[in-house]
Parts: sequence; C-alpha cells; structure tokens
Amino acid sequence: MQSAISISLSSPSPIARFDVINTSNACLPTPRSLRFCGLRGEAFQSTSSFKTSSFRSARLNSRSSLNKVFAALNSNGATSSSSSSGFDYDLVIIGAGVGGHGAALHAVEKGLKTAIIEGDVVGGTCVNRGCVPSKALLAVSGRMRELQNEQHMKSFGLQVAAAGYDRQGVADHANNLAAKIRGNLTNSLKAIGVDILTGVGTILGPQKLKYGKGGSGDTIITAKDIIIATGSVPFVPKGIEVDGKSVITSDHALKLEFIPEWIAIVGSGYIGLEFSDVYTALGSEVTFIEALDQLMPGFDPEIGKLAQRVLINPRKIDYHTGVFASKITPAKDGKPVQIELIDAKTKEPKDTLEVDAALIATGRAPFTEGLGLENINVQTQRGFVPVDERMRVIDANGKLVPNLYCIGDANGKMMLAHAASAQGISVIEQVSGKDHVLNHLSIPAACFTHPEISFVGLTEPQAREKGEKEGFEISIAKTSFKANTKALAENEGEGLAKLIYRPDNGEILGVHIFGMHAADLIHEASNAIAMGTRLQDIKFAVHAHPTLSEILDELFKSAKVKVSTSSAVAQPVPV
Amino acid sequence: MASPSLSFSSSLSTTTTPLLRPSAFFLRPRSSSTISAKIREIFMPALSSTMTEGKIVSWIKSEGDLLSKGESVVVVESDKADMDVETFYDGILAAIVVNEGETAPVGSPIGLLAENEDEIAEAKAKASAKSSGAPPAATPPPPPKAEVLISTPSASSSPPKATGKVVVTPYAKKLAKQHKVDVNKLVGTGPFGRISPEDVEKAAGISPKANNVAVAAEPAPSPPVVKGGASFAEIPGSSVVPFTTMQAAVSKNMVESLSVPTFRVGYPVATDALDALYEKVKPKGVTMTALLAKAAAMALVQHPVVNSTCKDGKTFTYNSSINIAVAVAINGGLITPVLQDADKLDLYLLSQKWKELVEKARAKQLQPQEYNSGTFTLSNLGMFGVDRFDAILPPGQGAIMAVGASKPTVIADKDGFFSVKNKMLVNVTADHRIIYGADLAAFLQTFSNIIENPESLTI
Repeated sequence: MQSAISISLSSPSPIARFDVINTSNACLPTPRSLRFCGLRGEAFQSTSSFKTSSFRSARLNSRSSLNKVFAALNSNGATSSSSSSGFDYDLVIIGAGVGGHGAALHAVEKGLKTAIIEGDVVGGTCVNRGCVPSKALLAVSGRMRELQNEQHMKSFGLQVAAAGYDRQGVADHANNLAAKIRGNLTNSLKAIGVDILTGVGTILGPQKLKYGKGGSGDTIITAKDIIIATGSVPFVPKGIEVDGKSVITSDHALKLEFIPEWIAIVGSGYIGLEFSDVYTALGSEVTFIEALDQLMPGFDPEIGKLAQRVLINPRKIDYHTGVFASKITPAKDGKPVQIELIDAKTKEPKDTLEVDAALIATGRAPFTEGLGLENINVQTQRGFVPVDERMRVIDANGKLVPNLYCIGDANGKMMLAHAASAQGISVIEQVSGKDHVLNHLSIPAACFTHPEISFVGLTEPQAREKGEKEGFEISIAKTSFKANTKALAENEGEGLAKLIYRPDNGEILGVHIFGMHAADLIHEASNAIAMGTRLQDIKFAVHAHPTLSEILDELFKSAKVKVSTSSAVAQPVPV
Repeated sequence: MASPSLSFSSSLSTTTTPLLRPSAFFLRPRSSSTISAKIREIFMPALSSTMTEGKIVSWIKSEGDLLSKGESVVVVESDKADMDVETFYDGILAAIVVNEGETAPVGSPIGLLAENEDEIAEAKAKASAKSSGAPPAATPPPPPKAEVLISTPSASSSPPKATGKVVVTPYAKKLAKQHKVDVNKLVGTGPFGRISPEDVEKAAGISPKANNVAVAAEPAPSPPVVKGGASFAEIPGSSVVPFTTMQAAVSKNMVESLSVPTFRVGYPVATDALDALYEKVKPKGVTMTALLAKAAAMALVQHPVVNSTCKDGKTFTYNSSINIAVAVAINGGLITPVLQDADKLDLYLLSQKWKELVEKARAKQLQPQEYNSGTFTLSNLGMFGVDRFDAILPPGQGAIMAVGASKPTVIADKDGFFSVKNKMLVNVTADHRIIYGADLAAFLQTFSNIIENPESLTI
C-alpha cells in the first residue's frame, strides 16, 4: 500500500513524508516503510528493575574527553577494563540489525570501544525476516519463471521438461540463507571484539542504559554515545486480524509454510510486489489491494507503468485500487478468508473478497516501545524517533539530546537496510570528530522482482517540482535494454533506464532502471550522485563491452549537457 | 517505386518493378453499404521518423471496453521502444483488428472505435472483414464461445444463479476476458464454489493441460492452410517473413474466394480509336484508368447483372451505384481505390478523382469507403506487356475485368483484307451463381463497342 511512498521523498525533513501518507490512509498511525530490510529489536519492552552490581558512575561528559589513543587500535577496546573516559563503552548500539552492524564495524575502525545490545537475534529484520530470506525465495521464483517460460527456453534452443518445486526445499533454502548470513554477521562482530549484550536495551538517562531479559537481573551500563537502531515490525492496519496462517505478514510469508491457490496482497509497494513475484511463480493467483489510485505508488510514473505492464498484467494477478481492506477475517470453520473493501475516499463499502490467504504488506511500523525514551523526554512521532539531519535525537522541546542518535527504520527517514547502515556510519564519523551529513538522495533502492526495479534520487514529477521551485530546467534521457547486446544475449530485452538531470550543469537528479539486474546497475548512478560527479565527466568513463553497464553508459552519453567537461578527467597514465 | 496509376500505354514500362499482382483483392468488398462515420479506426501510429511498421505488444484495453480520450489503449513496439498509444476520442473499443504479437504498417487500422454500443456489431462485422484472419488456426472457436460478451459486467440484473456473488479468481478473469466467456453463466467448481481458470477453459473449449503446450505454439497469423499441404520441405537458409496486415488480408480474401464458383470469358478489343482519343484528352489530365473505368461503367449500366452481387447463394443483390474498384500495387501490398458512380461522372472528374485516390493511397490515408465500396473491379497489367491474364474474383463482387496490353495485331477482315490494328485482350472472371456465360458475353460486346467507338466516353 503505502510502503513505497516514503522513499520517494527523501528530503532531509522526515515530516514532509507523513503528509503524503496520510492522504492515502487517514487511519494509519505511522508512515509505512519501504522494504523489510530495516532493523528490528524484538522485545525491548521490559520492566525497569535494575541491579546496581554493574552500575558505574554515569558522567555527563561530552565527547571532548575521547582518548585519541584508541584511534590507533584496530580492535575494539573490549579487553581493557573500561574506556578511558570512565564510561563502560565509548559506544552502545541498541539493535544488532544491519544498521547497528554497520555502525559497529565503523566504530571499531575508528577505535571506539563498542557494545551492541540485541533482544532477539543478530541480523534484525533484514537478515532474518526481510531482504535476505526474501532474496532466497526470489532466486527460486526467478528460476521457476525462466523454466516455465517455454518460449524463453526455446529461444535459447533449450528444452526443459515441466518444472516443479518442493515447497519445503524452497523454504529451507530461505531459512538456511538467513542462518548463514546471521552467522556471518555475528562472527564479524565477535571477530573485531564488539560485545554482544543479549537482552532488551532501555535508556535510563543521559549516557546510561540497561539491558537484560526483563524482570530482575538487568545490567546497567554507561556509554559515551548511544545509538538507537531498533528497526521496525510489519504494520498491520486496524480491522485486520493476523492469525499467522491464512492472514499473514511478511514475517510468516517468508517461512513459506503454505502456498495458497489464491492470495490477496494488501499493499503494492516493494514488499507486496516482491511477494507477488514469488507467489505467482509458485503457481498462486494474486489479488492486489491498493489504497492509492494506482499500483506501485512511489515509483517514477513511467517506470511504474512499464513495471505494471510486465510484472502485473501478463501474470495471474488482478487488483483493486483506491480501496482499503477495512476488515480481514482469517479462514475458519470451513470458510475462506473474508476481506471487506471500502472506498479509500468515501469509506463506502465497495466489495467483499473471498480468498485463500491474505498477506498484509502495508508497510512497517517503527519498533521503539520500551526504549525508555520518556526518561530523556523524547516523544515519538507516530512511533518514530525524531532526529535531525545528523541523526541526533530531538526531545519533546525541540532540543537535541546530547550523545544520543537514532538510525534506520526507527527514525523513519528512509526505511532501507543500507540506509540504516549509512546513517550509522555517518553517526560514527560525527562522534569521532568529523562532521558528516548523509545525502539521502544518493541512497539507491531496489525491488527484486523479475525483472528488477531500482532507482536513486528524484522521480520525474519530484524533479520537475524542484526545478520549478528553484528555477532550473529538467531534462530526461532514456535508454532501452533492447539496445543492449548483453541483455539481448540473455533474451531479456525488456527494460528501460531513465535519467533525470539538469542540462545547465550536468547534475544527476535521479536514475530509474527497470530491467534485468537493475538492482546491481544502479550503483554507478548512486555513486555519481554521492560524489557529485557530473554527466559531462562521467560520460567519459569506460564500460566493458558487452555488459549491461553499457545501458548506463549510453544513458549518460545521451544526456545533452550545455557545459563542457568541467576538468581534465584524470592524469594521463602512460602504458 | 512503381507508379500506382494504371496506364494503358502498351510499351513495357521502364524500370519499375512489377508490383501489380495479377490476381489479388482484399479489403472488404462485402460492405457495400455506406459506413457510419461514427465508427472510427485506430491507426498504427508513427512513433519515430524511421518507423514504417509497428508490432502490437499488447492491448491494454479489450474489446467492449469503454475508452475515454487520452487513455492508453494499446502498446506498440517501434524500432526503438515500446510506447503507449492513446485514443483521441471517447468511445468503445469495438473490435481489435491487429492482434497482440502481430505487425501492422504505419497508418493501417489496428482497431475500431465505436461511439455507442449499437455500433459494436457493425464494427465487428467490419473488423472481421478487415482482420488479418488471425484467429489462431489451432483452436477454432467452439460453440460455447459464441456468447459474445458485450454487456458491461453489471449483468447481475438477470442473474442465472441466485446464490450471492460470483467469485472469480484473477487468472480465471483474465482467461474469461481473453476467450470472451461470460463468467456469470458458469458454475464454479473451485474451492468454495468459485470460478477457477479450469472452469473458464472448459467453457471456452480448451483442454486445460494441453493448454500449456498449445499456448506456447506461436499464434502465428497463418491463414487457414489447405489441409494436406501442411508439411512443405524445408529449404535450408530460407527466411520466413510474416505477412503485413495488408498482405494477411489479401491472403484471407484469396482463400475465401475459393468458395465462389467462377468462370472466365475473354474478348479481343480493338483500341485504335481509344488510343487516338487518349492522345487527345491526355493533355487535359485524363488517364487511361479513367477511360477504362468509364467504359466499363457505361457497359455495366446496360448489364446490371454484371454489377450485382451474390451474398447468400440465394439472391441477386443489384447494386444501386456503379463503383469501379481499380487494383493498385503499393509497397508490397495491394489496395483497390474505388471510383464511385463512375457511370455518372465525366472523364475529367473521374481522372481528377483517380489522381486524388492514388495520392491518398500512397499516403495511406484512404478512408474505408474509398477502398471497400467497389461493385466491379478493374485490373490492368498492360503496362508490363502482359497480353492476357486471369484475375481472381474478390469476395463480395460479381465480376472482375483483367486488361492486357494493347498490341499491334494483324487482322483479316471478312473480305480477306489484312490490316494491322491495335488489340487488347480483356478477360472477365465472374460469379456463375448470378452471372452466366451469355451475360458476360453480352457485357463484353457492349464494352468492346464502347472502346471501339469511344466518342460516347467524352460526353
């Protein structure tokens, strides 16, 4: 449903986004997330009893007392009894998802003594219930699609007998992948000496927190800086009863315990779209329920149109747009799942659906309860922790809370695993003395359907709006996968790459790709945006032939920039 | 490019390639009725300057769908990319002429837009005459499919079943639309009594499992091939080029023509007088095509049966006007612009009219009534030096005249004197259900008299 919206408006202020979401679903308490790659700390609600055994004096010193000696150390200062400034740790991260993990690695590199608190399993949503297992399922669905497409096979001269699958085998693949990545993640933290503290983390006051299983036996620790990285959980709108069997969220769906003949997917953002790819490849029929007037909101309209033509229309999918699922009753007493639809605007009852299962993919809600935010006078906004552009937490009075940061899904800026990690690294840069502001417009996003969708920066309407406001011209360049040798060799000519740029100075405003390996292709564009590389310069970069990357090469070259190369590209290297 | 205008000049035309085909007709001769202007054609658009033809990637709308101005109707693949094509008018997509996966030249009709529901049937009739004969030969429409679903989905006013709403799965819905199965008339056998894809396939007469294979078999627009000739030896290195829409229409009409019993009558006509007249009127812009059309039209006035049509095998349909269709080769295709009321217009008007039609044909701007309202057809290969040939009668017409080259011929008169005169052989093919040998002979005699005494042509 709204899941794809947030990303499209990645302006520095998180508030702007909420307006958009509200238009789509007034009853939503929270903005919806994008992917389920955010972090999640499962059980942070705990009672606040604590033991004093490990209580150490909590000093309110600011970071000025950071001992530079640690910067030289390559491993965490865990072996030393305490950090030099008198805190137990230089940095404590609450939540060991991708965001927390990225922050921890960078913190150790910067010589900080670091601990990470995890109340559930290391890896968070992304690794355990999100992008990682879903990629396993999508890898299966991609192969199924190929094998089932006789014409596609024939065009290669291949003959394949009817393809089938074993549900448990597919499910095991996803599960094994998650376990493996989780192991890798845990080991990488341990290897560099990050303390993994098990339990629920709660902030008690400035630079002081506790962790534990709840009840008695919690441990209190102090830290010079604290990062909240607790992530999010699937959002379930009211009126929908999730039983985990016939009415499910992505958490359940990824276990692939059963494959319904007909499943309704509520929400046509990334999560819904990816699951529709999986389910239809495995033989299910899918009905999308989307609150907005069109499917795949948040994508560039042109890309969305093309994606719908390829990913929706030819498949066993139908859809209802402009409707809410006001009530969903799980299957019971020999009756199918009942879904009541109401008009998104008038709230009039519209239709009733009877399906075998319903997947709720209406986005994700921040997981911030039990964090003890009230102890430091921070009020969440629809569950999100308010932060400034440097991820510094803002309290109820609009003031910055010293030494406290929030990254990832919990702050809602951009609910993507890699965004959380980038934000974490940005915070570490700051606490180690170097100012850093993350450019969210340079963070790519991807949807791993077949073919994939990816983008970075602004959509065309957003760019036009910005251009109008700031008084610059917008130009569009497009290239087709049909014109690419490698794509044609793969018989995957379906696809489009679109560049939105400023013809006056060659700035890349956005790049959108729909086609084979789009998710891997986007990084040339996102790196260019992050580095500030202009089209007149990047178009001289060389791409191997024949590769899909030439699609972007052609895209950059087809842009008509009014200024010439800004500088000598590089020092000539004699060979 | 071959000049589409038909010239009667006897010499071999210079370097032009012989594009006129001796026996070819297509178009929709059946609809001699005037076509309501409310049915609009959706044309294959030119999406780029280099585009000459486009492939239909998919129809976004289906037959019977309501369209509003500016809405995307069809996706067309050009040499560059896929693009949505929008409609300029409100209306109902009455018929799809060019199916998905097929190719059509720029400017040719790919679908018909009706203004209201009443016109759908008419448009469909038009389309069936027009369509490239593409209903995949593999699955002839079985009887249950006949329930053409024109009605809007709100057909619940007369529900055949009382038990609540009809539940149809997404794929079943798609199949029903594709095969025009009315789901309201089906009994669902899926879980909870819903209509499953299998139910729709059964109703459409498709065996569900064979489907996988059958669908994969290319829906190539092969015309219903005569059985037995199916397996041709394959010659290595040959290239297969699919028909354009125009060529497919020709093919379809040609196969259809086999159902009409035809016969042929030839007649030699002296043309010295006509040639002399032509020299005189040529500076005034009169073409040989106009002269021949006018002569044929005047002969037809006296022999209305040759201008008639047999539509049902039981009746004569005497056409009220004499519309001479003239076969013209255009870019690998064939079209028959029609000189309407050729008997009533004078030579000069006729010549002017012909010029306009040829220009329009070249620009692919002919309106349907300008190429499908013929009642009699003229085909001329004289400019290539062909002395005689045999034309195939286009479905829906009574007769077609094949005109050969005029050549100096030694002639002996009844007194035994030899002379050299220009003669051309005219060969008429006619539908013997309505036109008999004597009819044709009499018509040809009249025609010959007019040509040999052509003064009346200029009146």
